[in-house]
Amino acid sequence: MWNYTEKLKEHFTNPRNVGVIEEPDGIGEVGSLACGDALKFMFKLDDNNRIKEAKFQTFGCASAIASASALTEMVIGKTPEEAAGITNSDIADYLGGLPEEKMHCSVMGKEALEAAIAQSRGIDLKKQLEGEIVCKCFGITDREIERVVKENQLTTVADVTHYTKAGGGCETCHSRIEEIIAKTRGDILKKPVELQAPQKRPLSNIQRMKLIEETIEREIRPSLRTDGGDIDLLDIEGNKVLVTLRGACTACPSSDFTLKGLVQSKLREFVSDDIEVVVEP
Amino acid sequence: MRTVYADNNATTRVAPEVVEAMLPYFSDFYGNPSSMHLFGGQVEKNVIEAREKVAQLINADPSEIIFTSCGTESDSTAIRGTLGSYPEKKHLVTSRVEHPAVLNLCRHLTKNGYRLTELPVDNLGNMSPDDLPEVITDATAIVSIMYANNETGVIFPIEEIGAVVKSRGAVFHSDAVQAVGKIPLDMSKSSLDLLSLSGHKLHAPKGIGALYIRKGTKLTPFILGGHQERGRRAGTENVPYIIGLGKAAELARKHMDDENTRVKALRDRLEREIIKRCSDTRVNGDKNHRLPNTTNISFEFVEGESILLLLSDKGIAASSGSACTSGSLEPSHVLRAMGIPFTFVHGSLRLSLSRYTTDRDIDYIIEHIPPIISRLREISPFGKSS
Repeated sequence: MWNYTEKLKEHFTNPRNVGVIEEPDGIGEVGSLACGDALKFMFKLDDNNRIKEAKFQTFGCASAIASASALTEMVIGKTPEEAAGITNSDIADYLGGLPEEKMHCSVMGKEALEAAIAQSRGIDLKKQLEGEIVCKCFGITDREIERVVKENQLTTVADVTHYTKAGGGCETCHSRIEEIIAKTRGDILKKPVELQAPQKRPLSNIQRMKLIEETIEREIRPSLRTDGGDIDLLDIEGNKVLVTLRGACTACPSSDFTLKGLVQSKLREFVSDDIEVVVEP
Repeated sequence: MRTVYADNNATTRVAPEVVEAMLPYFSDFYGNPSSMHLFGGQVEKNVIEAREKVAQLINADPSEIIFTSCGTESDSTAIRGTLGSYPEKKHLVTSRVEHPAVLNLCRHLTKNGYRLTELPVDNLGNMSPDDLPEVITDATAIVSIMYANNETGVIFPIEEIGAVVKSRGAVFHSDAVQAVGKIPLDMSKSSLDLLSLSGHKLHAPKGIGALYIRKGTKLTPFILGGHQERGRRAGTENVPYIIGLGKAAELARKHMDDENTRVKALRDRLEREIIKRCSDTRVNGDKNHRLPNTTNISFEFVEGESILLLLSDKGIAASSGSACTSGSLEPSHVLRAMGIPFTFVHGSLRLSLSRYTTDRDIDYIIEHIPPIISRLREISPFGKSS
């Protein structure tokens, strides 16, 4: 059983500001159903450029819901510039602390906030993207790892896993994560004082997964359904997208062709060129 | 607050009769069964009786039962003991849906020169013996397949698998901790050489298990030392717990019909009513080959840990295959091996009943789950309320 603070439990049981805002001034979405947690965060500004209303929707565990609830309370009354200064550890502190293994929930809050602020300025973070994918299980890039190491003074692979999920699956990337920590810590030591303005972050892996889901939903599923079939997303391992077929497709002799031809080309077109589709029987 | 315990595949309440049977062995009958005096003698007699009761539950000979500290020790003894007896054989076979007690051990052994084959399951969680003839070779030391799955309750075709295993001369082991006490097992008619069971899954306390070792099976001891358990498991017998396991085995035999009629009917009603009252659900696992006490239901668009905590607020105890409840970041390896879409794996809920579950308990769960699911779906960006 997780050791949650009373404040966290209270925010989980009675989350503040759940819902959506019609015509928000900023909206950010991070995570996906496949990842196991997702957050949609939005805000509305008043005439003095202060956040007068903030709302969220979360799919996730208690600490994900509580982190989002806390975030909405924290930003209300601030200008977007002030809100941009909120870090993931501020969110965790607001709740009286998070279990180490759950720190990625506060990171998700921070990411959604950034995405919403960027969106309000007309910047689409999804268009920026990339870096080297280090953790293939959760699709986390070197740049994401560098950032949490820097901002939270992380020193071990376990820390990085708690904050980003990177390294929490097959563990083959652990030595690479160690290298990144060493390099980043080296950078920190060279520059002992580093007060960064919030960066325009590239698309995170979580966003990438979401994009894959959306592409299947919007570009692929409808045409399969026309033939009486359907498709399920099973897993995403790095650039491999595992899917399965339902209904008419499975009996269709050209189903292999259908998938390789349609699914892969659509995903390559909309997500990235290196996507490989694997069909599970 | 009313409490309803529906997590009996995790652990069970110790039966009051079991506690009562154990207590004198702390205060009065505290002798060492090996000792040559009154204190030892009276204890030894009762350990023999307990061994007989455990043997009866699975229709084995008492000489084929050794007591261990837990199911995991039984599994390790079976697998490592077999490998010790067949040092020239370097291949293991297990399934992708095993309990970590077997799966992690087998995977660990691959670092020590062993080759491992993990058999798949289909999307109902069933295992087919069809692939086995190609998989098992002369180099296969042991095939270890669970009797019933802890997450879905799916029961595997152990005897069909066993026929192939025995024709190839490999040792056949089953981790049966979820099956023993819930469904009838008969070792006299089985092809199994080794079978693990655990006390705390059948209303005995934690800290006691047993391993069935068919007569004539070669097995190198895992724990060496004294002559206890006829040299097959050294260490002074944990007498009170052995007495407890004996009593629990006796009770399990008595309640076997109840488990497979009344408890099964409660489970079926629970499952039916939840599915009727909540949209976007699915039952995970083959409903036709399942333990009578287990149901595993997925609710799309919500996450398991949140369901568990809100259920816990209502006094209801259950479990989930979601990533957030596993301690690791990966969701259930069992549900993933079955090819269940991610969107359902994260929202899975396992409810496992016992002889102590009542009609009112089921009513209470049925009453509280739908509003919890609706509420979480209202918070979820993917949700539509049920």
